Amino acid sequence: MARIAILSYIKRNSPVHELTGTTKLIFFIAWSVASMVTYDTRVLVCMLLISAVVFKVSKIKIRDIRIVLGLAAVFLLMNNLFVYLFAPEYGVELYGSRDVLFTIAGPYTITLQQLFYHLNMTMKVICVVPVALLFIACTDPSEFAASLASIGVSYRIGYSVSLALRYIPDVQREYHNISQAQQARGIDLSGKDKLFTRLKNSVAILLPLILSSLNRIETVSNAMELRGFGKKKKRTWYARRQMKRNDWLTIGFVLTILVVDLVVTFWDGSRYFNPFV
Amino acid sequence: MKKLSVKSVVAIGIGAALFFVLGKISIPTPVPNTYISLQYAIQAVFATLFGPIAGLLIGFIGHTLIDATNYGPWWSWIIASAFAGLVIGIVTLKLNVNEGIDTKKIIHFNIAQIIAHLLSWGLVAPCLDILIYSEPIEKLFAQGLVAGVSNMITTGIVGSLLLVAYAKTVVKKGSLNKED
Repeated sequence: MARIAILSYIKRNSPVHELTGTTKLIFFIAWSVASMVTYDTRVLVCMLLISAVVFKVSKIKIRDIRIVLGLAAVFLLMNNLFVYLFAPEYGVELYGSRDVLFTIAGPYTITLQQLFYHLNMTMKVICVVPVALLFIACTDPSEFAASLASIGVSYRIGYSVSLALRYIPDVQREYHNISQAQQARGIDLSGKDKLFTRLKNSVAILLPLILSSLNRIETVSNAMELRGFGKKKKRTWYARRQMKRNDWLTIGFVLTILVVDLVVTFWDGSRYFNPFV
Repeated sequence: MKKLSVKSVVAIGIGAALFFVLGKISIPTPVPNTYISLQYAIQAVFATLFGPIAGLLIGFIGHTLIDATNYGPWWSWIIASAFAGLVIGIVTLKLNVNEGIDTKKIIHFNIAQIIAHLLSWGLVAPCLDILIYSEPIEKLFAQGLVAGVSNMITTGIVGSLLLVAYAKTVVKKGSLNKED
């Protein structure tokens, strides 16, 4: 529990890093929307390829994000498994035909349609993963609040986000200290105790954490108030960068993808690309 | 939108940081991608202390950060988290914890969190999942049920205990007596 593996900003020299935070934020949002809306296999394959290319360009190594990829793989595997356990005939329902490959036991048959549905579902998640990881790994946290403000989010909320990013390491360290101190006093959170005891024990850790956080809130907000935070309607940002040619190109590119995605997906009146008809 | 006070801005930031850190150390349950999440207890306490907007944004920012550093954002559940904070904040708006706490207030807080988690995981999350990810209904409701119930229990036990302990630390109005 000492070090919680967290993906964070990785400084490299790459075209992706050079883009402004605003561009990357817009890219990330548009990409998420595009992948959420579609269930069209053709679109998903294209998006998957593009995100692989973007990943290559960013110079972030697989090694840097190994842990995160492992988590994502486990997540996907479990998700697929449970969808299948709960609804082995779901694909058949969706695509309106049934080609049985073989039977495992009872109602659990493997059909072509079910496999195809799982393929689509998995791709839908996978094609966002590289973009989300890149967004975190390639965006300087101090630039992030500025980018939020520049797409029209209130700067107060932008400031909340950057405060959160700023205080995550502090809160983490504090949690670690408190939990070690309480462990020394015989309070345990690990699997050895009963669930209810564990919940009760967690209060012994959470209470000091909350109280010290409330103190911190007091201190930080007094400091900000003293410096006149929130007086004016607008704010300037030290970390904001000017948009360059590449930024506009990237934004144009991702918006085009979004439009193509919507058109291809809804052209024939259905979200699903059905190769079985 | 009403202007957020400086204190809420900071409370949202630090609340989201707490949400994130606790979200990373959660205890798994047998159902996939569903955990016993201490962060919802913290979110409920902060929503009670700082209001619905704070609850909403703590859930939204905290959950987005958790997901984005794990496997990419799962938007339907992020929205459900934010929604839970909003509902708890609204229902407990009149609950003035700073002026002491009694059994009635604890029940009020628990009703708020039960309504919030019921709506979030029983309705908002599965419906958005069907809309966005088109997963089978049976699986979503089983998942939502486990998430909802475990969040309710965690928030009910841990959140209530935290509120009581917090209220004890606040110096009440008129707590000083003049000596005769």
